[in-house]
Amino acid sequence: MNILYLLIPIGLVILGFAVWVFIWAVRSGQYEDLEGPAYRILMDDDDPLIPGNQNKHNQSADDDKPS
Amino acid sequence: MNHCYHCDLPVPPGKSYPVEINGVQQQMCCPGCQAVAKAIVDNGLTDFYQYRTAKSRQPDEALAELLNNLTLYDQPEVQKSFVQHDSGETRQASLMLEGIVCAACVWLNERHVNALPGVKEFRINYSTRRALVKWDDAEIHLSDILKAISAIGYIAHPFDASRQEKLQKRERGRALRGLAIAGLGAMQVMMLAVAMYASDSEGMDEGLRHFMRWISLVITLPVVFYSAAPFFKSAWRDLKYRQLGMDVPVSLAIGLAFAASAWGTVTQQGEIYFDSVTMFTFFLLGGRYLEMMARHRAGQAAEELIRLLPVTATRVVGQQEQVISASELHIDDVLRVKPGETVPADGRIIEGSSAVDESLLSGESMPVSRTVGDRIIGGSINTASPLLMRVEQLGEDTVLSSIVRLLDRAQTEKPRLAQLADRLAGWFVAVILILAGIIAWYWWQHDPAHAFHITLSVLVVTCPCALSLATPAALVAATGRLTRLGLLTTRGHALETLARVNHIVFDKTGTLTEGELTLEQIIPLAQLSEEQVHALAAAVETGSEHPVAQAITAQINTSMSVTNSQSYTGRGMQATVDGHIYRLGTPEFVSELNQQPLQHQALEWSKGIIVLGDATRMLALFVLSDKLREQADSTIADLKSMKIKVSLLSGDREEIVNSIANKLAISHARAGLLPEQKLAAIQTMQQQGEIVAMVGDGVNDAPVLAASQVSIAMGSGSQIAHASADMVLLSSRLPHIVEGIRMSRRTLSIIKQNLIWALGYNLVALPLAAAGMVAPWMAAIGMSASSLIVVLNALRLTR
Repeated sequence: MNILYLLIPIGLVILGFAVWVFIWAVRSGQYEDLEGPAYRILMDDDDPLIPGNQNKHNQSADDDKPS
Repeated sequence: MNHCYHCDLPVPPGKSYPVEINGVQQQMCCPGCQAVAKAIVDNGLTDFYQYRTAKSRQPDEALAELLNNLTLYDQPEVQKSFVQHDSGETRQASLMLEGIVCAACVWLNERHVNALPGVKEFRINYSTRRALVKWDDAEIHLSDILKAISAIGYIAHPFDASRQEKLQKRERGRALRGLAIAGLGAMQVMMLAVAMYASDSEGMDEGLRHFMRWISLVITLPVVFYSAAPFFKSAWRDLKYRQLGMDVPVSLAIGLAFAASAWGTVTQQGEIYFDSVTMFTFFLLGGRYLEMMARHRAGQAAEELIRLLPVTATRVVGQQEQVISASELHIDDVLRVKPGETVPADGRIIEGSSAVDESLLSGESMPVSRTVGDRIIGGSINTASPLLMRVEQLGEDTVLSSIVRLLDRAQTEKPRLAQLADRLAGWFVAVILILAGIIAWYWWQHDPAHAFHITLSVLVVTCPCALSLATPAALVAATGRLTRLGLLTTRGHALETLARVNHIVFDKTGTLTEGELTLEQIIPLAQLSEEQVHALAAAVETGSEHPVAQAITAQINTSMSVTNSQSYTGRGMQATVDGHIYRLGTPEFVSELNQQPLQHQALEWSKGIIVLGDATRMLALFVLSDKLREQADSTIADLKSMKIKVSLLSGDREEIVNSIANKLAISHARAGLLPEQKLAAIQTMQQQGEIVAMVGDGVNDAPVLAASQVSIAMGSGSQIAHASADMVLLSSRLPHIVEGIRMSRRTLSIIKQNLIWALGYNLVALPLAAAGMVAPWMAAIGMSASSLIVVLNALRLTR
């Protein structure tokens, strides 16, 4: 059980780190808007990156070219 | 009928405003929506229509006028109040956004504005609907950004992110940090505590035990001295003013339990309660945090009232007109107020006459006519024709500011049942402290070795945990349930008071009624069909902004040629349609044209009646009314069956108020009341010992809402009404008020059960602890168990 003398202080250090990270998050305003990000992630601008859509975009670009 | 793809209003028959979206022709209802939809498509933002979860608002056409004045925002004097200068030409401002209905609106605005050259950052806070914009003034002006936002159908106002907002932000940050430290600390200490509990039966190395105690002490230090500091501060303040609040026993319990545990750790004997200390702090802080968030949200709404006054005004000097910022106005300035504009200050009309919408002050649904020499009020809206006015009062002296002041006063004078509860808790605390003192003294005389532990057991066992959780736990559960129904509680005491209400007072316009005129019936008097007279009437009203005109033209489209259209303020409209003169307005006004008497039973219906006539005869009657809200009658009947008196107080005309009161079987109705008179009426009721609930929606209701013991604002009502109300009926469905009262009564009985349980537990435990039969660890378990039972009982409310 002597390992606990090492593990518990390590736990304490990790706790301190967690508190620091949280305070940093509050400072940088991440808790100012708790609703927005949930929606924002759904509305990304990744449409052309989705393989199916990319083809569509290329196709429409191809259509414009005189054949 | 077709509905507008953008705003979901019906598309007027025979009109077509198509826009191609994703390869499909979509119909819009008006040029405004068409322009907005086109702007969205042209900027490659069509995804907006896929993402949105609510239909957009119809762009306001009157505001197009205002947009021309946006360049004013570029002037340095105007910018001084709300723009911050960063390095170089970079500037930063906060904007208030109108028209945001769902997350897709946020996406649309951010994409659109961020794409503008020169905009460095544009971020919208979804919760507060406010935005922060940073731009390079060398590349783009603020007015261009505002114009870009209005092009896609939203309205942005710059505002001064005042000191208050910064203070709130700091308070929020402080509360979150305290909560996090308490939460993380509680988890760690609990983990060690479980190990130590188990060690009693399993056996543990004594050295390890002491080590764990020391670690618990180290973790608890910041929880007590940082997270729990607000309790100590407030308890100290209470003591300084010789009061006893809940914070006094809370601080005492935290302080003593911590001191005893620290002592136990250092001297290596006795029990430790670090787990109880940290958990207790964490739970209490959690409750306070939620309370604070609700308070801040309500406060933001009040700030938005200032927006009712326009930021710009048109000053007339000699023959010249200049657009200036409202802050530059002086007394005796002559201003021009165009139709659709808001009056910028209080003053007197010196030229012209018009219909002015004063619903702000009086709550009257119809615009009133104002002519040369009449006073007009800042914040009211000119609906008919241009006016020249001379400014008489500015800023603090205006009627609008006085409403805000009235509101402030009413809020501070509000009778607070919560204070009574606090005073009771104070007595309870005093009794416990005295008892603990007596017990400590007794044991000190007889058995000094055990005195401290027994006193501590008494304090822990009687710790007001269960008692202080009894009310908030039930309130939180009930509030959550009501919020899902669409009845938002913004102040803690609202539910408690709502349960005791025995008199409920309704406002009329916008509360019992929808607040918009609708055409109820057409009675043709000559040989013309309903459709024909309706089309004629719509033609006469073409181009008028008056609510009557909007009611008549709402569902019809005319292709007749209209010339010489003239409006007679407070009387009606005259126009030449297809070569014939027609008048539409009051019976007297029309009979001046054709000299025909008008007799019809409909004139006695005490409703809004509008007559259409030409040069020789009367053509038709139009019956206009403000539609009652759905289920208004059943709501009133339900309230009566719950033995609650129902009254109607309105600023509107007597005959209209009476007809509504008759329809809903409300026996006590008063009409033509100003805000002060409404306030006085409520105060009279309160002096008779009644507990009054007020339901209203307008700015004029705000002081009354604040003065009544509990107030409910309609969700569709003004922001200021929301700010001053204890509850907001977001669903705007009246039956939810009845549901709310039932719920609040159930909540109150749960609170009573909880209090009886908590007190009963204390009564049993106290003598046992005082007799020294309860070890502190047993006291701690008893305390937790009693709290748990209280919380579980409260959770029954969510079902």
